[in-house]
Amino acid sequence: MARTTSRPLSPHLTIWKWGPAMAVSIMHRVTGNGLATVGALGLVWWLMAAASGPEAYATFVKCATSPIGYLVMAGLSWFFFQHLFSGLRHFVLDMGAGYELKNNKLWSLLTFVLSVLATLAFWAAICTGKF
Amino acid sequence: MGTGTGIGRVRGLGSARHGAHHWLAQRYTAVGNLLLVLWLLFSLIALPGLDYQSVHNWIAHPLVAVPLMLMIVSIFWHLRLGMQVMLEDYVHDKGLAFLSMLLLNFYAFGGAAAGVFAIAKIAFTGIVK
Repeated sequence: MARTTSRPLSPHLTIWKWGPAMAVSIMHRVTGNGLATVGALGLVWWLMAAASGPEAYATFVKCATSPIGYLVMAGLSWFFFQHLFSGLRHFVLDMGAGYELKNNKLWSLLTFVLSVLATLAFWAAICTGKF
Repeated sequence: MGTGTGIGRVRGLGSARHGAHHWLAQRYTAVGNLLLVLWLLFSLIALPGLDYQSVHNWIAHPLVAVPLMLMIVSIFWHLRLGMQVMLEDYVHDKGLAFLSMLLLNFYAFGGAAAGVFAIAKIAFTGIVK
């Protein structure tokens, strides 16, 4: 694309230095759209299978408990908790708090730590409860 | 609109005071999702099993079916607003932008209808042995 080289280029992903705040913002969009497509379709599939009868439900369980099924469910659960914690971070930022550089960096990093811990706790609870 | 004076144009095309509606609805449904999806996850952990009978008979309970329906509405409303923002950022062609909004709305309303219908069917079928 033709560009006037004497003019500055608008800062974008390739220009900015990566940092926690940028990563958590990008991940909020990635996880949100992942949940909105794969997550929502999976949820509706589960409900439709339960409404359609034992055979349809067995088909759902067979797919969900395949190696790829577990990978998708594990990924979706981490996406959910990541979107949850970065969403909570958004609520704090919406109130005008948490913009100090140190605090912002700390809470950005903490969303990743908390989402991983929550995902592990969720699967530990599922695995010890049944199956 | 025509070519009136500046103030005339503003009167015809000024703020409808609905500018924050999209932003607010995104937050309302975010709180809805936060509460309802966490409730679903804790419920799934607490269920005796995730087999057909356990899941069907759990959903059949009115105090489960109603919040589950609300969860579906909150989720699809929230994802419609969120994906709209994403598409507005990345789809620049006007025709494609219109098409993407059309498909997004079909998806959001279709998915929500399917989810709510499935829950309603389970609830009205009642307990299966």
